[in-house]
Amino acid sequence: MSNEQKSVGAYNLLFEAERERAFITGSEAVSEAVKRANIDMAIAYPITPQSESMHLVGDLYAQGYLKDYYRAENEFAVMAAIHGAALGGGRVFTATSGPGTLRAMEMFPVWAGSRQPVVCAFMCRGVALPPSIQPENIEMAFLLDTGMLMFHAENAQDYFDMILAAYAITEQPEVHLPVGVFADGFFVTHTREVVMLPPDNLKLDSYNSDYSPVPPFDMENPPARVTRDPLLNKSNFVSYAASASWHQEVLAAAERSRKYIDRFLGGSIEIENGDADILIIASGTAVSQSREAVKAMKLEGIDAGLIKVKSVRPFPEKEIAAATANASIILVPEFNAGGWLCREVKAAIDNNSRVVAGPRVFGGMPMPGEIIVDEVKKALAKSGGAVKR
Amino acid sequence: MIQEKYRVLPGPEGFITPSAAMMGVVLPDSGYSLVEGDIVPEAQAVELIANKLINAKNAVICPGPLLMWQWAESAAAKAAAVKELAETCGAKILPMPDYRQKRINPAAEISPNHPNVTIMNNNFDVCVFAGMHSHHANMALRLIRGGTSCYTIALCDYAACEEAMVSLRDVDAGKIKTITRKVNDMKRNSGYLPSRG
Repeated sequence: MSNEQKSVGAYNLLFEAERERAFITGSEAVSEAVKRANIDMAIAYPITPQSESMHLVGDLYAQGYLKDYYRAENEFAVMAAIHGAALGGGRVFTATSGPGTLRAMEMFPVWAGSRQPVVCAFMCRGVALPPSIQPENIEMAFLLDTGMLMFHAENAQDYFDMILAAYAITEQPEVHLPVGVFADGFFVTHTREVVMLPPDNLKLDSYNSDYSPVPPFDMENPPARVTRDPLLNKSNFVSYAASASWHQEVLAAAERSRKYIDRFLGGSIEIENGDADILIIASGTAVSQSREAVKAMKLEGIDAGLIKVKSVRPFPEKEIAAATANASIILVPEFNAGGWLCREVKAAIDNNSRVVAGPRVFGGMPMPGEIIVDEVKKALAKSGGAVKR
Repeated sequence: MIQEKYRVLPGPEGFITPSAAMMGVVLPDSGYSLVEGDIVPEAQAVELIANKLINAKNAVICPGPLLMWQWAESAAAKAAAVKELAETCGAKILPMPDYRQKRINPAAEISPNHPNVTIMNNNFDVCVFAGMHSHHANMALRLIRGGTSCYTIALCDYAACEEAMVSLRDVDAGKIKTITRKVNDMKRNSGYLPSRG
């Protein structure tokens, strides 16, 4: 029961509380995070591979860990209703996947534009190009410019930690943006692994909706009742300028999140063997596959390093530019056909002809370490031995 | 490429005013303030605010919803402190009681959607925002910086507003009274007020 839990600060829950091993799926890790997040309301609509996690969140409601929970009519209804709950001053949670993400698309910029700290877990899967329920993360490409913060979990441990960190980061009054916490569906959600969990008798401190850059939507009490209307454009220059300034404020808020990402996520990237001439940049489960590839290459005498991207929005342009400054080959393996991470990396660094765009797998295809190693060897051959092995 | 540090200065800054946060201006931690893009000790910012107010030809203080409506005891105390500050430095008070986009006379009222028009119509040279939610404050301060040469000051309840030329954070009635005391000290030292005792 929620009222038997002790409220603690996010830093305490994430970094100071003693942790115990649990052998759980990614979906269960989501539920364990929600159990400790002191959430007021969750709304669900099932879609594979998200269904299990929101089912488990429903169980938490039955056990008294949430104040309210229901199944909405569809994903658009979920995201619209969760927006209303956030506007009303509640701490909220929901989750979706692939086509559900696309169906709800209109609401994501609305969350950001109204500066609501909604946390949504995305269990990424194929959309319909062609229809597929299998793992891939093309849906992240569609969300890059919605104004939400985007964190990409490599595994169930990341998923647990990032969901809790998301609340700590976004509930800062100068941030207050929606956060999408992404994991590659099935690979993370449906596989069991060791996750270190803090005690479940601890929960985050309550959300204070007055500690916000916008008033909560309490229609009964001032000063909130005065915020009835969003900014709607009239056809004149004054309105255009006001709308542009509003949009800039959303982008500025994301920029301000960086110092809290450093505090609560331990930085937006992680670097392993960063002095290597060959660097792999990856996010999500492509990080795990890349780590295996780095190990395999080491056995063959090829020195490669790895950069794990944890925050996709805001994107760590400066950190990646600095980390890759001396690399000769930069490989970006991805679980999607579009190559959104590769585009981001290319835009962030100088001399981007160093970037090898791939390998990419999709439609449910796995990413064996061997195909990453093969790409590195091809790039090495092309360099004619100019690259240090 | 060497990039010059971005300064948050009186405008007009241009057609689309760059967002200070996107230009690298970082908000201060507790105990510090922002002056024109730099993080400085709070006392330094308080001194500058007092100086700007005392030397203004036509200053205005815009109280926002966080210190109006008597919605909390702290709000009423803060409102009283702002009124005292305005009276001490001879500034006008132009409230922004809400953020609705509505049909108003922009020469007489101020809203976050066209604060620059209000500033221009009244020739305000120093403008103080107090008790405004930071989303609306920053949005309005950027518009003022974009279209006017007004010197802007933000007295923020929470984390400061980087779109103002000077911004204090965690502002309560006590901090506003500190500014008022500083204004009185400066007036006394420059001969405006008779020295007590």
